[in-house]
Amino acid sequence: MADVISYREAVAEGIAREMRRDPSVVCLGEDIGAAGGVFKTTVGLLEEFGPERVWDTPISEQAIVGAAMGAAMTGMRPVAEIMFSDFLACCWDYLANEIPKVRYMTGGQVTVPLVVRTANGGGLGFGAQHSQATENWALTVPGLKIAAPATPADVTGMMAAAIRSDDPVVLFEHKALLASKGAPAPPDHVVELGRAAVVREGADVTLVALASMVPLALKAADLLSGEGIEAEVVDLRCLVPLDMSTVLASLGRTSRLVTVEENPYQGGWGATVVSVVADEGFGLLDAPVRRVAGECVPLPFADALEERVIPTVDKVVTAVRKLAAY
Amino acid sequence: MEPAELLAAYEQMTVIRRTEKAAHDLFLQGLVKGTTHLAAGHEAIAVGASAALRPDDYVFATYRGHHHALARGATPQECLAELMSRATGLCGAKGGSMHLTKASTGMLGSYAIVGSHLPMAAGAAWSARLRGTDQIAVAFFGDGATNIGAFHEALNLAAVWKLPVLFVCENNLYMEYTPIADVTAVPRPAADRAPAYGIPGEVVDGNDVLAVEEAVARLAARARAGDGPALLEALTYRHFGHSRSDPATYRPAEEVERWLKHDPLDLARGRLVETGVPEAVIGEADDRATSLVQKAVEAAKAAPAPDPDEAFTDVWADGGAAWRT
Ligand SMILES: Cc1ncc(C[n+]2csc(CCOP(=O)(O)OP(=O)(O)O)c2C)c(N)n1
Repeated sequence: MADVISYREAVAEGIAREMRRDPSVVCLGEDIGAAGGVFKTTVGLLEEFGPERVWDTPISEQAIVGAAMGAAMTGMRPVAEIMFSDFLACCWDYLANEIPKVRYMTGGQVTVPLVVRTANGGGLGFGAQHSQATENWALTVPGLKIAAPATPADVTGMMAAAIRSDDPVVLFEHKALLASKGAPAPPDHVVELGRAAVVREGADVTLVALASMVPLALKAADLLSGEGIEAEVVDLRCLVPLDMSTVLASLGRTSRLVTVEENPYQGGWGATVVSVVADEGFGLLDAPVRRVAGECVPLPFADALEERVIPTVDKVVTAVRKLAAY
Repeated sequence: MEPAELLAAYEQMTVIRRTEKAAHDLFLQGLVKGTTHLAAGHEAIAVGASAALRPDDYVFATYRGHHHALARGATPQECLAELMSRATGLCGAKGGSMHLTKASTGMLGSYAIVGSHLPMAAGAAWSARLRGTDQIAVAFFGDGATNIGAFHEALNLAAVWKLPVLFVCENNLYMEYTPIADVTAVPRPAADRAPAYGIPGEVVDGNDVLAVEEAVARLAARARAGDGPALLEALTYRHFGHSRSDPATYRPAEEVERWLKHDPLDLARGRLVETGVPEAVIGEADDRATSLVQKAVEAAKAAPAPDPDEAFTDVWADGGAAWRT
């Protein structure tokens, strides 16, 4: 095995590992076959598993996710690709109304073990309809699990957990991380859903981040370290299940909290994290909490404009500095 | 159908009709909350199709799905208990009238978002093929669903992949309150669209259980043989309004009268008499249906409400509902 692998290769690797071990795992989506996916995240799957298990679909987001649902209800473990997370809106009925509710409203009769994977987030200048961080859309819906890995090893390990999950999982792959590289996942690597990771230790402030915000928070932490402020960085990895015990334990060590979210501030997942802290961990805090998040505007195109509205290392550093001095 | 099968189909339709009537009455007594979309008048479609399907085939229905649940093996007692919010309901009273589901008999659910289940049926058919079974999937839906995107996406997908799935439109001439003809570009909202997807599109008298059974049997055999999907448009009429709050005053009196004369139960009964089944035998079937539904009503009434803590079960596959660790 190579000693480094890219995030995008880790996606295909994660899917392939599960397809090898379980014949009920099948893939479907637009351009995922011979083309290897528009983000090259399914390269090699068609060659290895053939066109019955790697299904090139028409541009029919409702049919893709709806058919995945029907297949999942009847014995398969489909992995459906929605090319850009913005397009989840085209099949929102399935994510909001169908998939997460069937188990419940049938009194537990029907289980929907599927994964919807999608390329999420900004930073690449794709403009307002191809750049949104949409994980919060899913967060508003009871019954979906939400995974958003930040490293290649986590991509593979969380893909394994997502595909093996008997519950529906929306797995957000971050566009800005696709080219990033890291250690490949060891064989049989499974990262249990709902386990956050402390990816940097520090005693002064806790930065809670997700997906592309994790490397950004780590960069900010390095800069802050030069100023004598040691930040602990928690990679949430999942929004549902949400690992609040890791966050609260970190706060027990640092007593200061900053959430770093790419999505807009209003309705962002950071608000949920902060509200649980206010509810259950107020006594742990020595300072107000801060949320570094996207602005409430559609994602603009130009770099200068995009930078202005999504979190940057600078914005995180500034927020932490103020908090450290509180 | 042999006379014995036709008699069984008649009895099943009668059970459905009586159950619908009971649902209506219980509603008026305040024992069924929310709403119900009764399928009285549509019985021949569910029963005819079920007679042509195998027990292991999959069925997906809409909020107007009591008849499909019953035709696919749910008992009147389970269904009425579900409508009456009882713990013994088909879905533990978490589904209600619009979501009757009995997975163990292939009745994979009733979906209240118009058209949403057509892609699911395609997916179930895909899964059957991948697993190497020769099961088929059937989606029953209303005429109104033919103008929804999911209908077109599902048809194309199923056609491209030659999936073993049947799309059965119950064309009762109305969406909620609007005649389908007023808002649709073609006269036969389902069948006329089939050629656009390169699949067979047929029209059948949906009140004639024999005609439905014949058409579904033929199209199902075709699908099972690997020849792909088909679209069947079954013409029918609902006896009640769209839902219980709808007195259906928008329907012309002569139209209502004409269709009520073309009642699926009467048609089947007439056929039974023609084939020489004695009136007394038909009467016994009627009595069995009546007493089955009466007992179901009593049993459902006597059943307890669900334990409130049940609200926190069945979100996840582990049985629970915890969103955090
Ligand atoms: C996507 C969606 N839009 C609107 C509705 C509201 N609605 C419920 S039933 C119905 C009419 C559907 O008519 P049809 O498909 O002909 O079925 P029928 O009720 O006649 O069986 C409408 C508009 C809905 N449930 N879902």
